[in-house]
Parts: sequence; C-alpha cells; structure tokens
Amino acid sequence: MLSRTAEHLYWMARYIERAETTARLLEVGARNALLPNATGGYRNDWEAVLLAKGTLEPFVEKYTDINQRNIETWLFFDSDNPSSVYSCLSAARENARVVRTALTAPVWDAINGAFQELQQLHRTERSKLMVTDLCEWTLRACQLIRGAFTSTQLRNDGYDFSGIGTTIERADNTARLIDVKYYVLLPSVNYVGSGLDQSQWALLLQSMTAQRAFNWSYQGEVTAAKIAHLLILNHRFPRSLRACVQWYCEHLDNLAESYQTATAAQEVAHKLLDDLRAATVEEIFEEGLHEFLARFMSRNAEVATTVQEVYLSGMPA
Amino acid sequence: MSATKPAIFNEMLNGEQVRSAYQNLEKWYRSMPAELRSLKQSEAEALFRRVGITFAVYGEGGDPERLIPFDMFPRVMTAEEWRKLDRGVRQRAAALNAFLADVYDRREIIRAGKIPEHLVTNNEAFEKAAIGFRPPRGVFSHIVGVDLVRTGPDQFYVLEDNCRTPSGVSYMLQNREIMMRMFPQLFMESRIRPVDGYAGLLKKTLASVAPQKCQGEPNIVILTPGHFNSAYYEHSFLADLMGVELVEGQDLFVEGDFVWMKTTEGPKKVDVIYRRIDDAFIDPLCFRPDSMLGVPGLMSVYRSGGVTICSAPGAGVADDKAIYTFVPEMIRFYLGEEPILENVPTWQCAKPDDCKYVLENLSELVVKEVHGSGGYGMLVGPKSDKSTIESFAAKIRKNPDNYIAQPTLALSACPTFVEEGIAPRHVDLRPYCLVGETIELVPGGLTRVALTEGSLVVNSSQGGGVKDTWVLAE
Repeated sequence: MLSRTAEHLYWMARYIERAETTARLLEVGARNALLPNATGGYRNDWEAVLLAKGTLEPFVEKYTDINQRNIETWLFFDSDNPSSVYSCLSAARENARVVRTALTAPVWDAINGAFQELQQLHRTERSKLMVTDLCEWTLRACQLIRGAFTSTQLRNDGYDFSGIGTTIERADNTARLIDVKYYVLLPSVNYVGSGLDQSQWALLLQSMTAQRAFNWSYQGEVTAAKIAHLLILNHRFPRSLRACVQWYCEHLDNLAESYQTATAAQEVAHKLLDDLRAATVEEIFEEGLHEFLARFMSRNAEVATTVQEVYLSGMPA
Repeated sequence: MSATKPAIFNEMLNGEQVRSAYQNLEKWYRSMPAELRSLKQSEAEALFRRVGITFAVYGEGGDPERLIPFDMFPRVMTAEEWRKLDRGVRQRAAALNAFLADVYDRREIIRAGKIPEHLVTNNEAFEKAAIGFRPPRGVFSHIVGVDLVRTGPDQFYVLEDNCRTPSGVSYMLQNREIMMRMFPQLFMESRIRPVDGYAGLLKKTLASVAPQKCQGEPNIVILTPGHFNSAYYEHSFLADLMGVELVEGQDLFVEGDFVWMKTTEGPKKVDVIYRRIDDAFIDPLCFRPDSMLGVPGLMSVYRSGGVTICSAPGAGVADDKAIYTFVPEMIRFYLGEEPILENVPTWQCAKPDDCKYVLENLSELVVKEVHGSGGYGMLVGPKSDKSTIESFAAKIRKNPDNYIAQPTLALSACPTFVEEGIAPRHVDLRPYCLVGETIELVPGGLTRVALTEGSLVVNSSQGGGVKDTWVLAE
C-alpha cells in the first residue's frame, strides 16, 4: 500500500477519535456546570476541560471571558481550535476524500454525511442548538463511521493502519483525561484515594461512558484505585490504556504477518504492553499517577513516531 | 461564407419525422409524467453528489465541489454513423502519433515542406528534452481526445485534438452507470453498445508500452497533482477501476536507473506513469524548478528507458491549434490515406491574407487563441456586440500569430430537458482513442451540451452540461 494512503487512513481515524473525545469533554463540562460546586463555581471545571485538550491558552487569547457559551463555540465550532469537533471532522473528511477509493461506499457515506450535517449545524442559529444535542450528535456520527468501517472494510493493511490511528489516539486521550482530573482536582498527593473527590471521579467515568462498565467489573464502594484500575489496566474496558495498547499491538502483528517482517514499531508497542500487563495500581500510585501518565503518553507517542517512520514515510526502516 | 443563417440540424429529426434511432427515446419521453421526471432528475443529482463526481474551475471561487449539470436525454449514434467516426478518429490518432515520432526524430514532414519548421520548433509545447528519444512502440500520445461537432446528417468536423491528458472520460462512464440504474427498461428495449470496457482497455494500453527494462507485469500508476485539482475525482476513479495506485509527486522518487514509489513495505519500482500533470511540472530538475508536483530526476530515467510516461513529454506539440490545420496533411503524408474526418476550415491570423479576411468578417467568425483552451479568450462573432468585436480586433492586430479563426458552424442540436419539456440544445462529442500496441476506441464518448438556449459554448467551466452517449449495435 502507498505510504501516503496509509497515512491518510491513519490520520482519518485519529481525527474521528479526537472529535469524539472533544465532544465527550464538552458534555461532561456542561453537565458539571449544572452541579453546585464548593471549589469556585463552574469556572474551574471549564478550565479543566480546556486544559485537558491543551487549548486553554489559545482560548484565553481569543475570548477574554471563560463562559459556557464561548467554550461551547470554541470546542464545537471554532475552526481556529484544531481540536474542535468541527476542525477534527473536517480534517477526517479531507483525509478520507483523498483516499476515497481506499474506503467502502458506506464508510465514505458516513463520513461525508456527517460532514454535510455538521455544515448544516454550523449554519443553524446558535440559540436553537442544545449543547447536549451537539455532543450526542458527534458521538453518534463517530460511531456510525466506525461501525461502517468495522462491518464493511476489507481486513487489509489499510484496516490495520486505521485501527492503529484510532487506538493510539484513544490511549492518548484517556491518559489526558485521567491526568487532568488528577492534576487539576487533586493538587496534593495526599488527596489521592481520600474519597474527597468522589463526584469528580464519577464524572471521569461518565465522560467515558464507563459507569455501567465500572459497576459490572467491581464490587463495593467507588474508590480512586478501582477507577484507576478500570481506566488504565483493565483490558476488558475498550478505552483503557491497556486495551488500546493491546489493540494496536494486534494491528501491528497483522502488518508484520502480511508484510512478513517485524519492525521497530512492533518492538516498542509490545514492550509497552508487557509493562502494562505487569503493572499494578499500587505501583502506579507509588510512582505518582501524574508521573506514570506522563511516562505513558511519551511512550505512546514513541509508538506513533515509530509507526510514522517505519510505515508512513515510505522508506525502509 | 454565406450571410444567411444556416439551418440547425436536429439529431432527433428528419424533417418532421423522428429518426428511427430516437424512436424509443421519443416514446419514453412522451410517456414520462412531469413528477417522475423531476424525481429522476434529483435522484441523478443525488447519485452524482454521493459518488462525488464534482468539478471545480480554477479561479472561479464558489463551491469547489460543484456538479456538472447532467441532462437525462441521451444522445444517439447509429451503428453506421459510428463506423465512420470510429475509423476517422483512429486514423487521426495514428497520424498524430506518427507526426510526433517524426518531429522529435528526422522531421521528414518538415523536410518535405508540408509543415513550416517554425510552427513546430518555436512552439511552446515543443519539448527539447524529447528530441532523439523514441518512447516504447513509438507512441507519444496514448490517450487522444478528439473533439467533434456535427452540422448535418453526414457532416462531422474535428474541432480540435487533445494529445496531452484529455479529461472527462469518467463522465462518459458515470453518465452511463446512472442512466442504466435509473432507466433499466430503456436499455432493455434499445440495443446500446457498452462502454464499461474502457478501464480495462486503458490498462492494457498502458501495460503495452512498458519500458524494455521492465520484467514481468508492469507496475502502472496514475500521477495526479493532488486532491485540490479539479479533475481529482477522475484520477481516483480511473485508478480505482484499473486497480492501480494513484500517486502524487511526493510519493515517487528516483534512485539509480529507476523511479520508485514509497509504500508501507518500502520502495516499489514504477514502470508506467499515466500522468495527469502538465509537462512543465513533471520534473523540477528538467523543467520548472519551483514545481512541487513532479519528481526530481524523472526525465533522465525516462530518457534512459527506465520508465514510460503517458502521454510522453512533448506530445502537446501535436494538438496546438496552429498545427491543427496540418492534420489532414499528416494523414496523407504518413498514412497515404485521405482523411475520413474533415477539419473545420481555419484562417491563420499569422498569414497576412487570412488575417485581413478575419478582421473584415469578425462578426461572422469564431476567433480562438492558438494556445487557449476551455472556451476562454475566444470571440463568438455572431453573438458579440460591436464594441466587443472592435476591442477583439485590436488584440488580433497587436498579436496576429496568437489567433486563428473559423466559420461559425451550425452545430447540431439534441433534445434536452428544459423547464417546459424538451428543446434542442447544441452538442459536441469527445471520443477517447487509446493508442498502444493497438489503436482502439470504445463505442461512445462524452457529449457536452450547451444548456443555455442558442449558446454554442459547451465547456463545463461555462455552463455546459453532459449527456449519456449511445452507440447502437448493428
């Protein structure tokens, strides 16, 4: 497969995943704003949302006021924000358009249809749009695209590159979400596991549609340790770090098999998976959750860089 | 030139009678309720939009993904009419290729005094880097698009030749797909020759000109300027149909004696490049140094026989409007045959006598720029007011070499759907001739239609539409 084709498929998948994360954050932020909060009103929480996407600074530069309406605009519609739903879905569609013939008709229809609807939303008067509807629309659109992809696309190398894109992005997003909760909401290490921040942790579960998964998987009271286990180490939960890494390892193994040669990409990915398999929540808390997540994100990024070098640049490793 | 307005040939009618080739269609049209028609029309548009056949015009702004209007009323050719066009177009494609092989080699036709040397060597499209190089099978132009117009039951004229990278063939294929999907009954009742062999034939043609150094199955690619190009849809469509890679310049590189493409499994050798970018951009080392679209070093691999480029660099010299007048001469010179298809009589403003005539008769003539295309920079005398004609005359006087003139032909018209029902609209025809080991033509082509009443300009950039083109079986 042409390296550039693989690259477009990979980025298409990453942007779809990214759009979904932004919508999830926006939804959680909006919901949070409805709750009474002792620690400084809604303001802090919105800042947390922006921090999670790494866009607090450009936001403050453009809008002086951190209010809900501005944040909704910024996260959903603003094309100046590279991770807004609008920017991500446009980029996903542009990537798809370039390699249209590498996609099945249902996949293209789903992506192109989402883009046309998004433009319709863009033209709609803002007062007629509920933020929860926008978020739900985004999740539905992304799930439709992925569903079409999973159920119609040929299981060839293009399928694997797209799968690698989805899971690398998702691993990064989950790590970021956990980190922000930790970093912003638990300024002192002593708070971890203290139970003080219950509602915040619950919100984190909510942002990943994980409440039910949590209840199915764990007994007893909700603790930070259990939540951390679900989101980081539980291979059954489809957004956990380990599940994502395991997933891209499988895709990379498929590539190694069909190309009949393994590369540095398989090596770094499997090393990361082995370490996650061996890890325990206790060790993670001991190292420091933030430190652990920072280390994970940089190793996940290393996998991305290696995939780029080995497969997407078109030169032999 | 006669001053009286010539009668327009309506392809459906013979006097008051409906010609037999159109009888099925006429019945079909009469029995179609108005609601069904508008339903089908919007269905067609939705299909086009969904498969993504769009067309953008550079510099016009607006919607970059706009649709070319599709008219549902097909244009029909009888088997007998087609036989003549088929022979005529293939003859022309053969002569044009013989001419190209000659002007980059011994230049016999110039030595024989049939074509003035300066018209060839001073031509912008004449490629010095191609001199002395014989591409595989001596073929320079592998896809020749011949634009034809009709003025009467038996009168066809060649308006121009396109030897570089004629576009529009994806419309020929998609128009047919959509018509078959929407009106299957029509196809059961008529005997219409299929066109869907085009992609297979194109692949066979490209494979047949693989370089000598190529062992085994040649690796064919289509080289596109990228997805911002107005014809990108066509590039990806053809790549998909042929099952070959669609590459951009950045996907290719030169190493050793070959061209390679960057794949997820490492470099893979490329043997045949069907390029859809202009000569000037294919190799920044050889032509425009600022080109980001091409592949540095491509020309030297080409010249050493490591890769075939289709069409060959320099093929454009044969389709220039100034060379056009000499095509009948080429046919006689190289093939020893009489031309089957006629040229439109053409006055060359470069010749003082011709120029004088043109300036005196501007209101009756169509004047074109020698290197222009797309219907831009031309004057349609009978449709222009006095001041437009005067300012155009000034341009001709200033630079006569840049213009040619032709009589305003009474282009044939074909029934076309309009608000009130059907009405005749002017059409032209572009068949696509494939030249490799053999010279072949699928039975059909792209019919373009000027949708505005009375208009003669069929270019899609100027409000033209397209129609399905039927060739009836014997």
